[in-house]
Amino acid sequence: MSAVKAEAAVPPAPRATALGRFFDNKNVLGVVFVAPAVLILLALLTYPFFLGIYLSLTDAIIGRGGHFVGLANYTGLLGDPLFRLVTFNTFLYTTVACTCKLILGLALAIVLNREFMGKRFIRAIVLLPYIVPTVLSAISFWWIYDPTFGIISYTLRHLGLIGHNIDFLGDPGLARGALIAANVWRGVPFYAIGLLAGLQTVPGSLYEAAAIDGAGGWSVFRHITMPLLRPLTVVITMFSVIQTFADFQLPWVITRGGPNNATHLYGTLAFQRAIQGSHLGEGAAVAMAIFPVLLLTVIVSFKNLRRED
Amino acid sequence: MGDFRNRDRAPGTPAADRPRRLTRREVLAAGGAGLAGAALGAAGLDRSAGPAEGAAYGVPGMSLDLPIERGASLRVLRWGQFVPVDQPFWDKMTQAWSQKTGVKVTIEYVNWPDIPSKTAVAANVGAGPDIVTSFFDDPHLYPDKLVPLDDVADYLGKKYGGWYDLCRAYGFNTPVGHWIALPMGTPGATVNYRVSWVREAGFDAFPKDIPNFLRLAKALRANGHPTGFSLGHAVGDANAWTHWWLWAHGGKVWNADGSAGLHSDGTIHAIENCKELYSTMTQGVGSWLDPDNNKAFLSGNISMTNNGISIYFIARAQFPTVALDMDHAIFPVGPAGRPAELQLMPMAMVFKYSKYPNAAKDYLRFCMEEGNYDQWINTTLGYYDATLRAYENVPVWNGDPKVKPFQYCLRRGQVHSYATVPGPRPAAAHAEYVVVDMFANATVGGKSARDALANAEQRLARIARG
Repeated sequence: MSAVKAEAAVPPAPRATALGRFFDNKNVLGVVFVAPAVLILLALLTYPFFLGIYLSLTDAIIGRGGHFVGLANYTGLLGDPLFRLVTFNTFLYTTVACTCKLILGLALAIVLNREFMGKRFIRAIVLLPYIVPTVLSAISFWWIYDPTFGIISYTLRHLGLIGHNIDFLGDPGLARGALIAANVWRGVPFYAIGLLAGLQTVPGSLYEAAAIDGAGGWSVFRHITMPLLRPLTVVITMFSVIQTFADFQLPWVITRGGPNNATHLYGTLAFQRAIQGSHLGEGAAVAMAIFPVLLLTVIVSFKNLRRED
Repeated sequence: MGDFRNRDRAPGTPAADRPRRLTRREVLAAGGAGLAGAALGAAGLDRSAGPAEGAAYGVPGMSLDLPIERGASLRVLRWGQFVPVDQPFWDKMTQAWSQKTGVKVTIEYVNWPDIPSKTAVAANVGAGPDIVTSFFDDPHLYPDKLVPLDDVADYLGKKYGGWYDLCRAYGFNTPVGHWIALPMGTPGATVNYRVSWVREAGFDAFPKDIPNFLRLAKALRANGHPTGFSLGHAVGDANAWTHWWLWAHGGKVWNADGSAGLHSDGTIHAIENCKELYSTMTQGVGSWLDPDNNKAFLSGNISMTNNGISIYFIARAQFPTVALDMDHAIFPVGPAGRPAELQLMPMAMVFKYSKYPNAAKDYLRFCMEEGNYDQWINTTLGYYDATLRAYENVPVWNGDPKVKPFQYCLRRGQVHSYATVPGPRPAAAHAEYVVVDMFANATVGGKSARDALANAEQRLARIARG
């Protein structure tokens, strides 16, 4: 009875206004909530993306609207030896850097997942390379690799391990390696922290069961840790591949694409041709050349994830 | 040039041919300071007086009346200073004009290689600084978006002995038939070398031709003093010396009709000689950016490089033994038989979107008038060459003899699009380092001269197709 009385005491709901009824409609409310995000995506992603496609089909130069030239920019790139070299550089850079980052990042995550003194502090420190602005870390590496004053050569020379400085940035092979090392240094925390989060979601009971069954460390890693981490690893690797493939700041600051164009990547070539060389159409075509690769990466990643599901 | 007496050596200073070995930390500090450094004053070089009445350089009585728009204000995008006395003087000069006209001027100083991209954005969106000082043929990328400057250019030219041919080539756009930009002053480049080491190599005077220049380079290397010329994407230094090298051997990138002109015996000769020169260089030049040769020279790692006067400035301030033992020489003449140098050229342009074109033009006129422009050249101690002939003999050139080789850079310079007129295609070839990469391919990359040339031609053909 008291419950009935209490219900009766509740004041009647005010009559909804027309605007209120309009927003009470779930379909309308959904659209209203999503609209800002959609508008931002349209303005900041979709429009520039389609503008890029359009520009890549024109002969536009800075300060002058272009004419439609079809696929001429793309066919021109196929016959361009520099573009072919840049394609090789970019694939090499991305493949080696992402593989190293994955291995090192996973190793670091496993170490950080263990109990040790100062664990929180170390975890915070590990993030530093990722937090430091890319340009600053690039300038640091530029000095570290300096052919005359680089700290690595200086130290090794004073330890008597080398007779003369290492030409990190002057030799094409070494320059590629040096740039990849800089990228790995910067990118490892992204993997490590991401995978660490994944490791912490693995139920401890699984490890206990494995221990009871007498599984060794490698067996546990292979049959428990890796399978459970795989979806997260795929996502992290996908993001990393996209970032590495489109890298610009590190090569631009450290080498400007040298020596002998050995570290020229799609990003630096697109900037050089579109902005410095003023050929917007051709620069856009170089930038769009990245797109199929990135699209493929996303498709493969999501297919992999779906299979996991 | 060939006088190797250590004219600046103070009594009791150590012999220049036994320079103190610089520490890594000293050179890092100098390099980190952008090399020009703030220590000019300490070297006794700070003569930054404000604008003053100058000597008589111009035709008396000439004036140009440009009615300044009511309520005008100006935004100026200018290159950041190479030497620390530049910006303070420019600011004082600007203040003097503002006080005279009541027009507020805001100047944004930017690292010079960043200006073309900012200019490109301004040109494309139709908004930005009223005046932009970009480089080389940047104005020729958007001639129809710029305010014609014929009145100011004609006035200044007539009053001050005319513009150098090189300046006219950069400032006047033939298709639109107007002056579209004013050349503001060239930061001249020469060969920087160590006097004692050149003497030790058996040369009493710095070579004036390429064969002797190569002999000197080899002798220096044999004595343990390698040379160093950038073969990386150093926008200023690498482009400057490789274009000189190509032109000096009779090669060129463009024909007069605008077609690609790289294929020639002169180019092959230049590449083959470059391989010889490369064998005398220190390691790492393949990746050198603009500051790297400065650092290497100041550290005593190299005996010879190409640069503006900034190495000497910083040496006087922080490395006196290097300053005493270094000198400058004009680039040797090659088989082409005449001087052919690529000199940096800042160009001031006024965009049509500016609401105050007359104010902008009057500001530029004021900066280049007697009492201002000659003082700027003097104050910056030879870093800039005046672009108007009447200012060619301002007092700075009669001071320190080591500055003298920079005096006539504009007489020896060629437009970077040589032998055609400036425009988008030469700009693209320059921005893409086609010439630098050609020499780098043959040296750092180890390709034959013909393969390096073929590769460059392929790239040039793509650019020439537009």
